[in-house]
Amino acid sequence: MKRLLLLGLVFMASAITYAGGYRVSLQGQRGLAMGHTGVAVVNNAELAFFNPGGLVFLENKINAAVGVSAVFSDVVWQNQETGSMARTDSPVGTPFYAYFSYKLSDKFSVGLAAYTPYGSTVEWEKDWAGSHLVNDIELAAIYVQALASYKITDNLAVGGGPIYVSGSVNFNRNLNRTLTDLEGNRSNVTIDASGVSAWGWSAGAMWKPMDSLTIGVNYRSEILVEAESGTADFENIPNSPLTPFNDTTFDATLPLPAELTIGASYQLNEQWLFAFDYNRTFWDVYESLDVDFADPNIPDSNNPRNYKDASIYRFGLQYTANETFTLRAGYYFDESPVQSGYFAPETPRNDSNNFTGGLTVNVSDRVAIDAAFLYSRFKEIDESYDFYQENGQNVPFRGTYKSSAFTPGLGVTIKI
Amino acid sequence: MKNYFKYLAILALGVVSCEPELENAIEDGDVYSNGSADFSNYVALGNSLTAGYADGTLYINGQQNSYPNILASKFAVVQETNGFTQPLMNDNFGGLLAGGQQIPGFDTRLVLAVGANGPFPARYRGATPTTDISNVLTGPFNNMGVPGAKSYHLVAPGYGNIAGVSAGLANPFFVRFASEANTTILDDALAQDPTFFTLWIGNNDVLGYATSGGTGEFQLGNPDFTSYGVNDITDPTAFAGLYAQMAGALAQTADGVLLTIPDVTLAPFFTTVPNNALVIDAATAAQLTGYFQAVAGVFTQVLMQQGVPQEQAVALASQYAITFNEGPNRFLIDVPVSQTNPLGFRQMTEDELLLLTINQGALAAGYGSVEFTPAVGEVIAVLQAGGSPTAEQVGVLFGAVSGIDDADVLDTTELQNIKQATNLFNDAITATAASLNLGLVEIDEVLGRLNNGGIAFDGGVINSNFVTGGAFSLDGIHLTPRGYAVVANEIIEEINATYGSTVPKADVGAYGTVTLSQDVQ
Repeated sequence: MKRLLLLGLVFMASAITYAGGYRVSLQGQRGLAMGHTGVAVVNNAELAFFNPGGLVFLENKINAAVGVSAVFSDVVWQNQETGSMARTDSPVGTPFYAYFSYKLSDKFSVGLAAYTPYGSTVEWEKDWAGSHLVNDIELAAIYVQALASYKITDNLAVGGGPIYVSGSVNFNRNLNRTLTDLEGNRSNVTIDASGVSAWGWSAGAMWKPMDSLTIGVNYRSEILVEAESGTADFENIPNSPLTPFNDTTFDATLPLPAELTIGASYQLNEQWLFAFDYNRTFWDVYESLDVDFADPNIPDSNNPRNYKDASIYRFGLQYTANETFTLRAGYYFDESPVQSGYFAPETPRNDSNNFTGGLTVNVSDRVAIDAAFLYSRFKEIDESYDFYQENGQNVPFRGTYKSSAFTPGLGVTIKI
Repeated sequence: MKNYFKYLAILALGVVSCEPELENAIEDGDVYSNGSADFSNYVALGNSLTAGYADGTLYINGQQNSYPNILASKFAVVQETNGFTQPLMNDNFGGLLAGGQQIPGFDTRLVLAVGANGPFPARYRGATPTTDISNVLTGPFNNMGVPGAKSYHLVAPGYGNIAGVSAGLANPFFVRFASEANTTILDDALAQDPTFFTLWIGNNDVLGYATSGGTGEFQLGNPDFTSYGVNDITDPTAFAGLYAQMAGALAQTADGVLLTIPDVTLAPFFTTVPNNALVIDAATAAQLTGYFQAVAGVFTQVLMQQGVPQEQAVALASQYAITFNEGPNRFLIDVPVSQTNPLGFRQMTEDELLLLTINQGALAAGYGSVEFTPAVGEVIAVLQAGGSPTAEQVGVLFGAVSGIDDADVLDTTELQNIKQATNLFNDAITATAASLNLGLVEIDEVLGRLNNGGIAFDGGVINSNFVTGGAFSLDGIHLTPRGYAVVANEIIEEINATYGSTVPKADVGAYGTVTLSQDVQ
């Protein structure tokens, strides 16, 4: 056991590698415990997310995995020039997953999946120094997917299926740095849209060139969540024709970018499994957050984001101690899609080093409890968002940021 | 295995409780230095500008954005302080009550309303004042700024005595928080044992004179403050002595910064209404010119009838043959009747100023030029026909001149008095700062910059243009939160230079300017 922990530490230290934006990599406790690898790991029903091609390789007829994580994430900001500081007080995020597969024949499985790969909840102190950019934001997208997995040969299988997305956004910010009503309450707007549906798909392939080596590839399509006629609620607006901000509706599009994953796993012996995944998230699509207000008197809000495609390098290992316990550890480096000068406090993420661990306890032949934790370590960073404008002039919002996140999670695996 | 679970649980709890911490966190108190100054108990002395007065009154938001409060918020990240208290008003409407009745002259705040002719400042009427001066607050208060206070009021016993308000002997703003009826502002400040102070006093020693259109006296050489009227200019010599004494008392135990007095005539209250706003077409110009030629001609006759030799009469009357041109022309003002100006009016000179409060409607109707009536036309017709007007007609002719009243204008002499007094006050302040080794902020120079090009900040430029410039509130004299932030930054710069501290500056762009509202009816 000591050896395992030691090995784990060595592994973490030696592998220096890169997620960011509003991607939340918490789609399976087993995968998460191994650095959120899994495109080439045949473990349980989590394959429905990581690589639907592999579902047919699961031994049992019925496989299910459900789980939930608790994201404790906070950000601190300060500006040394003005001596101001702020800290987020974000509520605990609870991304979840539920996967199910059913083997119709030796060559063909079908499945259902529900998961939450994108989301963000950031809550700054009301009217903090960056409140003209964001007071609080809550993004959520629930993916529901029907799946089929087909074994082309004994060692090659493909799978995939259509994804239905239900998205929601609630975003509050102050209209600018100074506008208030007579009582001094800051003028602000909340845009809210929920139940916004969109469609996409994912497909994957898994190949086992030899018993010990598995190679996988998976692609999940880009999905544009187009909010139409969401509500825009303006508050604390001074009573003046110079500030014609009446409640209205808005249209906006939030992209959920495509993600390509390739990876491999190697079964060293009955006890040890190594896994590596590489993710490429196609963030380029997120050029600007444009909110188009229906009321023609209210200027549209254009907020350049200029995200760039970003990579994640994931490493995981699994140690099967005995029939009851399986231990896992992992690491991943998550490269932020946010470019310098576009560091907006609504998703204040820079590159992060992420450490994971966890275990499975097989309660019976059919039921197992999966636990995992993720600790995300962000470097302190001096950054700015330069594209907020007043009077046609860019007014950068600068400061030093540091984020941290700790995410414990619990799941259940069932195989019948 | 049990142990591993235990460790895992401990590890998990440990990380959860571990919030992100910056390496060089402001919270930890290691980022800034107070240098040789001690900001733990900062007391601010002054007048309306120190109290956070804006838009013609005092109200909570204005007070929260007073320069002392801004300073105190920055001091609080530099070192541990005892906090900063202010005698906050009861509302954001402004205005004062005494025993439930509004005190005359202490009206609600000005807001920017929009009418048919565009935006205009007007008194807020969406609510009535709720701050009653009989409700005395329990202090002490770090912000001892008292709107309306002149230098000598800081040491005037009874200035906070409610019994003296109706007689004008006490100041209702000080009544609200004076520790006792016969205390002085300075005593209440000293009783707090300040470790640091700012003193910005003297503005009202000249401002009352200026805003009254120079109707008061320049009390040059009269050191008896009790004999002064409210619109008088304080004797600079007496000011110097008193100022040195007050600053000296404060400096005995505290470090601090003194602020000079700006040239009040640079404020929008005096610079917004141009003295040449008499914009006329060619026909009106010809009519006015003709009228004044008639006045000069008739007056020559009048003088000659009184026995004045012709040459002398022509010379004396010629000052009234004022010519007008198409486009902008300077207004006429009333001046005291004198031997050299027997009719008692003249055209304004280039540097003379009109007050913001002048009745613009009246200006449009002939105030500042000539109020033509049919009777005036008849007299002119008589003259044009070569006839001689009767004495009554002469009276009608001369009476049509409608010069601007002294109370609406600062003439050359008044401007000179203001300038002379301001310079002497500032000499005294500068000398006091030097002799007591205190910091000195030359606000007159800062206002000069606001008036000449403005001061750049991250969201644009702040200047002293009325309404749009961002520095001055809607009363044209007091500052906006943004203007007060500029003042705070000037003080911070001086503190850092004087005391070797590293107090951070205020983010000027984050402070607001004027407040909009249509509730003005």
